[in-house]
Amino acid sequence: MSKTLYDKIWDDHLVHEDNDGTALLYVDRHLVHEVTSPQAFEGLRIQGRQVRKPKLTLAVPDHNVPTTDRSKGISDKQSKIQVDTLRNNCKEFGINLFDVNDKRQGIVHIIGPEQGFTQPGTVIVCGDSHTATHGAFGSLAFGIGTSEVEHVLATQTLIQKKSKNFRVNVNGSLPAGVTSKDVILKIIGTIGTAGGTGYVIEFAGEVIRNLSVEQRMTICNMTIEAGARAGLIAPDDKTIEYFKDRPMSPKGENWTKAVDHWKKLFSDSDAKFDKEVNIDAKDIEPLVTWGTSPQDVSPITGEVPDPEKEKDKDRRTAMYRSLEYMGLKPKMKISDIKVDKIFIGSCTNGRIEDLRMAAKLLKGKKIASDVSAMVVPGSGLVKKQAEEEGIDKVFKNAGFEWREPGCSMCLGMNEDQLSSKERCASTSNRNFEGRQGRGGRTHLVSPGMAVAAAIKGYLADVREIN
Amino acid sequence: MEKFIKLKSIPAHISLMNIDTDMIIPKQFLKTIKRTGLGKSLFYEMRYDESGKLIEKFILNNDPYSKSKILLAGKNFGCGSSREHAPWALLDFGIRCVISPSFADIFYNNCFNNGILPIIIDEKSIQELSEYSKRKEEIEVDLNEQVILYGNKKLTFDIEPAKKKRLLEGLDNIGLSLKKIPNIEKFENSMNKTKPWI
Ligand code: SF4
Repeated sequence: MSKTLYDKIWDDHLVHEDNDGTALLYVDRHLVHEVTSPQAFEGLRIQGRQVRKPKLTLAVPDHNVPTTDRSKGISDKQSKIQVDTLRNNCKEFGINLFDVNDKRQGIVHIIGPEQGFTQPGTVIVCGDSHTATHGAFGSLAFGIGTSEVEHVLATQTLIQKKSKNFRVNVNGSLPAGVTSKDVILKIIGTIGTAGGTGYVIEFAGEVIRNLSVEQRMTICNMTIEAGARAGLIAPDDKTIEYFKDRPMSPKGENWTKAVDHWKKLFSDSDAKFDKEVNIDAKDIEPLVTWGTSPQDVSPITGEVPDPEKEKDKDRRTAMYRSLEYMGLKPKMKISDIKVDKIFIGSCTNGRIEDLRMAAKLLKGKKIASDVSAMVVPGSGLVKKQAEEEGIDKVFKNAGFEWREPGCSMCLGMNEDQLSSKERCASTSNRNFEGRQGRGGRTHLVSPGMAVAAAIKGYLADVREIN
Repeated sequence: MEKFIKLKSIPAHISLMNIDTDMIIPKQFLKTIKRTGLGKSLFYEMRYDESGKLIEKFILNNDPYSKSKILLAGKNFGCGSSREHAPWALLDFGIRCVISPSFADIFYNNCFNNGILPIIIDEKSIQELSEYSKRKEEIEVDLNEQVILYGNKKLTFDIEPAKKKRLLEGLDNIGLSLKKIPNIEKFENSMNKTKPWI
């Protein structure tokens, strides 16, 4: 019987299935961070349970860590307790930890692939919704709650119901200035934030094939913003090349065996999808979000929409609320929106290619005088690589701050936050109310668009920067 | 986990769609290492102004809704992050049942791991129940019968049998799965042969 990629990985990990389709799925890789794990370890302790396969788990603090000088430790008391708790739990249960001062520390979804811990065809989970990122390598990866983290630690399995198959084909080739961030924003704008609910989305088509693996990660990363359980991209030669010689990649004879397996990971040509959407790349422009939901997208050349034109009543109410929160008027030009802050980073766009792309546009230029801007590399190794290439200097010379790796202003759990009414062009993934700080206003953009906004001081078209 | 069998309460209605987990419990409260104590911060930014004072017009700040055990919500409730702090906060506040036209996936699952019943019914039915909220009249949820009783009317709802059973019996998932250790071991042994690199 023909199968989708999702079907194949699912079947390959089925430990047990009840009559009603409730399945016990084997988990090959478990990533853990400081915010969603303390209660899970506590649960194990209370019940006197062990971690079944400590070697299949990798832990890192990322959400709470300061991105400024860390030599004096973490000053925020509660953050410190969480990071200390993670360290103690890892020690007690024998789990590999990249601690705050480890060169390899970084955002959990960046370090997984970087180390080769993430691998094609595996089931990967983490107590974090953006686990979807790892789907870019053809692994079935999704976020879970803390009770499920505890379940995985204790049993190395997860109770799941199978989702439906959804394929999004992005055809043609991308116009100049359009990146994978714009592609995923376009997809979310098209299908809506609940468009993927109940599905696993496979991204396919010429555009996806032509993207680098890092760019593919940006797409899978935001699958969760489209409501889907997971996003998937079939592995190909680029994927295999990426994993060669990574610290935790298979070695020697195992490498050959693994590659043989990875090459079988694709949807059969006659596989059935429950839903399919086609997007033509030529219809995608550089995009920004204007509202407080990731589906609120507009081309940079467009204007803020008029809620009066929206037929759905609930949607209209939500739009009015968004516009008020964002301090915007219907029909104003997007390029007339003035920004205060620029944030380049996060698991969506905090990788070396993102920084290279941004630095290339920024070289020799300065940020607008009334804007403050920061770059937070996704991991210690991304930071090191960028410094070796002189990228840090480009940013610093232009007026950006160059920070230590972590989640930072993507969610503002540490000091990196917007104040009320401050407006930010951000390469992160969520523009929810209060996400980057109470009252803060977030516009989601690609790294290139963030640079354009930094230079102009307004949301601006990356195609006009040269 | 506490069993969920029947629940009677005046429901509170928050009709806004796409209520995300950042709205349910903002990040500054995720720094806890405990599951309890989050109820006072539930819907923090909708509930308190910048000086920390209760915002009067927010429904949960008013009696009898401050004691509601049932929440009526707009569609796509619980979208956003995987934080289980969201159901923990609801539970700590006293809410054990959320009724919405649709839920985000991870949030929906997280509810069942905390003894909260998420019910999916259509928009029109929510409007009907909302009238009871406005009139401060109780409605009743009966999980075993899969019905919502209000006035002399009733509404049925769907739920997966396995999930229903877990809530009714307050079962611990981990305990149940640990009984399948022989299956897990068998799986691991065969995986060691076919995929030694894992
Ligand atoms: S960078 Fe942002 S989205 Fe990614 S894991 Fe950190 S907080 Fe979550």
